[in-house]
Amino acid sequence: MQISAAAAAAGTMVGCKGSLSPWRCLTRDEAATLEALCERIIPTDQDPGAAWAGVVMYIDRQLTGPYRKLRKTYRWGIAGTNQTSREMFGSPFAALTPPQQDSVLQAMDSGKSHGDCWNQVSAKSFFDLVVSHTMQGYYGDPRHGGNREKVSWKMIGLPYPPVRGRVTR
Amino acid sequence: MTQNKVNAVIVGAGAAGGIVAKELAEAGLTVVLLERGKWYTAYDCRKDDLRNQRTSLLGCAFGPDDDRYRRVLVDASGQEHLVAPSDGAYNNNAACVGGGTFSYGAMGWRFLEKDFRMRSTYGAVDGSTLDDWPITYQDLEPYYTKAEWEIGVSGDDTNNIFKAARSKPLPMPPLPPSREHVLLKAAAERLHLHPFDIPMLRNTVPYNGRGGCMRCRWCVGFACEVDAKCGTHNTVIPRALATGNCTLRTECVVRKIATDDHGRVTGVEYFDERGRLQEQAADLVVVSASATESPRLLLNSKSRLFPNGLGNRYDWVGRNLMGHAYCGAYGLMESETYDDLGPGASIAICDFNHGNPGLVGGAMLCNEFIRLPIQFAAIAPPDVPRWGAARKDFMRNHFRRCVAVQGPVQEMPVFEARVQVDPRVTDDWGIPVVRLSGSRHPQDLEVARYISSKAEAWLKEAGATKTWPKLPGKVLSGGQHQAGTCRMGNDPKTSVVNRYCQVHDVPNLHVIDASVHVTNGGFNPALTVMAIAYMASAQMVKDWKGTGMR
Repeated sequence: MQISAAAAAAGTMVGCKGSLSPWRCLTRDEAATLEALCERIIPTDQDPGAAWAGVVMYIDRQLTGPYRKLRKTYRWGIAGTNQTSREMFGSPFAALTPPQQDSVLQAMDSGKSHGDCWNQVSAKSFFDLVVSHTMQGYYGDPRHGGNREKVSWKMIGLPYPPVRGRVTR
Repeated sequence: MTQNKVNAVIVGAGAAGGIVAKELAEAGLTVVLLERGKWYTAYDCRKDDLRNQRTSLLGCAFGPDDDRYRRVLVDASGQEHLVAPSDGAYNNNAACVGGGTFSYGAMGWRFLEKDFRMRSTYGAVDGSTLDDWPITYQDLEPYYTKAEWEIGVSGDDTNNIFKAARSKPLPMPPLPPSREHVLLKAAAERLHLHPFDIPMLRNTVPYNGRGGCMRCRWCVGFACEVDAKCGTHNTVIPRALATGNCTLRTECVVRKIATDDHGRVTGVEYFDERGRLQEQAADLVVVSASATESPRLLLNSKSRLFPNGLGNRYDWVGRNLMGHAYCGAYGLMESETYDDLGPGASIAICDFNHGNPGLVGGAMLCNEFIRLPIQFAAIAPPDVPRWGAARKDFMRNHFRRCVAVQGPVQEMPVFEARVQVDPRVTDDWGIPVVRLSGSRHPQDLEVARYISSKAEAWLKEAGATKTWPKLPGKVLSGGQHQAGTCRMGNDPKTSVVNRYCQVHDVPNLHVIDASVHVTNGGFNPALTVMAIAYMASAQMVKDWKGTGMR
C-alpha cells in the first residue's frame, strides 16, 4: 500500500528534483535500491563490485543526459523491484540477503515477478536495461561517472595509460 | 536565398561525394559540396568508448545527433518504432566531412570477379532480386587502383590466390604482425587455407603527407588521433578545395532536388547551418548521401513530371536495401593473446567467399579489431551467465585470452527490404524521414552458419580450448555497409541508374554511392564505393560540354 502510493507519487514527479538527495535524478532511497541491484550484477569479490565502482553515479548522470527518456522506467522499475522483494521476502530489496536478492532478480529476469508497478514497465525489460547500464558504468570510461579509479580495467589487465608513439617496426 | 549557379552540386561529402568533388573540380568544373555534418579533425578523437560511431550507447560522436534526426522502423510484425541515430535500428552511417571514412576501421577491399556476376554464377535465388552488375571487375580495376594510390592502402594480398588480377601492387606494406596474427596465420596454413594481410586504408609508413599508424586501440568508430587512417576528409576533399573550384558547405541539410518542365534537375533546396532555406542552382546534381539518405532525397523530390519522386518511374528507388550478415566465432586461448597492438584486424582469408557447397556466395573471414572492455562485456560463451559473479570472473580471466574471427556474408538482395519516406514523421527541418521495412533473406543466415563453422575450425586449429559461434538475426540489414537502394543496371525498368551512375530518365542527375551496388560482395564496401565514384566522375568529365550533359 505504502509502496504503490509512493510509486504513484513518483509517476507524477518525473524530473530531476531531488532537493534533499545528493543525486541528480534519483532519490536517496532509489539510489540505495539501485546500488544493491547493480552490486548483484557485478558483485564484490577479490575486486570491487558495481557499488564501489560508482555504477549508480554513472546511471544517475546519464539520466540527466542521453538517458533522460528512461527516468520513468527507472522510477517504476526501482519501485517494482522493492514491491517484488516485499512480496517474496517481506522487506525492501536493499534489506535482503544476497541470495534473496538474486531470487528476486531471477524472478524479474524470467518474467515471474508480480506487482502493479510492472504494469508500467516490464520487469524483464527493466532488468535487461539495468544489466546493460551496469556493464557500461563498470567497464566504460571513468569520464562518465563510473569505473572509479579504472577499477575494471585494472581487473581485466587493460594497460593504462596506453603506450604512445610506439615504434612499430 | 539563391546562391550563384555552379556546374555541379554534390550532396554528401563522404566516401563517394569527396571523390566526385575532387575529380570534377580538377577538371575545371565549379562545384559546391554540401554536407549535413561538421568537419571534424584528428583533435576530435575523444577516445570515448561509450560515445563513438561503433559503440553509440551515449550517442554518435560524428553524427547525426539524436535530437534532430529520427527514422521510423517497421518491424516484422508490422509495428512502427521511432528510432534515434544512436539506436542500432536506425542503421546509421556517420554524418560528417569524410562520412563513414572519417571513423571507419578502414578495410580497403576489392570485390572479387564473381561478386559482379552473382546471377550468372549461381542462377536465380527464390525471393531475391539477385542480378549481375552492368559492369565487370575489369571495368572497375583501373579505378580500384586509383583509389588505392590516391586515398592510400596498405597490406599485402600476394598470398590471396582468390583475388582478381591487379594492375599495380598496393602502395604501402602491412603493419608488423601482432601475437594473434602469428597464431592465426600458422593455423590457417596448417588447414591449407590462404591467409594474407588485410588491405587497409591506413598509412603504415609516411604517405600522402601524413604519418603512419601508431597502433593504438581506438580505431574503428573513432577519429584517428595521428591522422593515419585515410578517408576522403584528409585526401581528396582538401585537394578539391585546393583547386579553387570547389566550395564545401557544412551543416547544410538538403530538402529537395529541384526540377524544370523539361524533366531535368536544376539544383537543390537546402537549409544552411543557421536553418535558412537556400537554393543552389547547378547544371549537374550528384546525390552521394548514403544508401538510406540518397533514396530518401530522391523520393522527397516529387514534382509534376516525377509524381513518385526522381528516378522512381518503376518503383525501384529504395528497394533492395542490404548490408552484411556478420558472422564468425570467438575462441578462448590457453595463454594470453592480447598485446594491445591496434588496429587488431590484420589477417584474412578469402577461401570461403565462393564455392561453398550448396550455398550462394559467402564471406571473407578475418580477425577482429581490438575489443574495448565495454565491447568485450557483451561477449561470452552461451554457458556463462549474463550477470553475477560468474560473468565477472569470466571477464577477469578471458579479456586477454579471447580471439574473434568474423566476416561479412554477401547478402541476397530482397525487393521488400526497403527505404521509403514516412507519411507522417519529419525531422527537425520538417523533411519526411526514412521509413525502413523488410528483413534479410533466409539464405544469408544459412551461409552465416556455414561460415561460422569455418571460423570455429580456424580458431580451434589456432589453439582455442573453447569456441562458440556469432550469428546474425533475421532483422533488416543495412548499418554502416548499407547498399543497394538505387540499383545500377542496363534496363530502366529494373534499375535506377545506368553503369555510370546516371539516373535513367534524368540525364543531369547522378546517384554515386553504395546505393548503386547490385550486390554488396562478401567484403567491407568502402573501396568499391570509392572506385565507382572515380569511374562515374571520369565519365561525367568526359561528357561535360560546358553547360550540361549531352
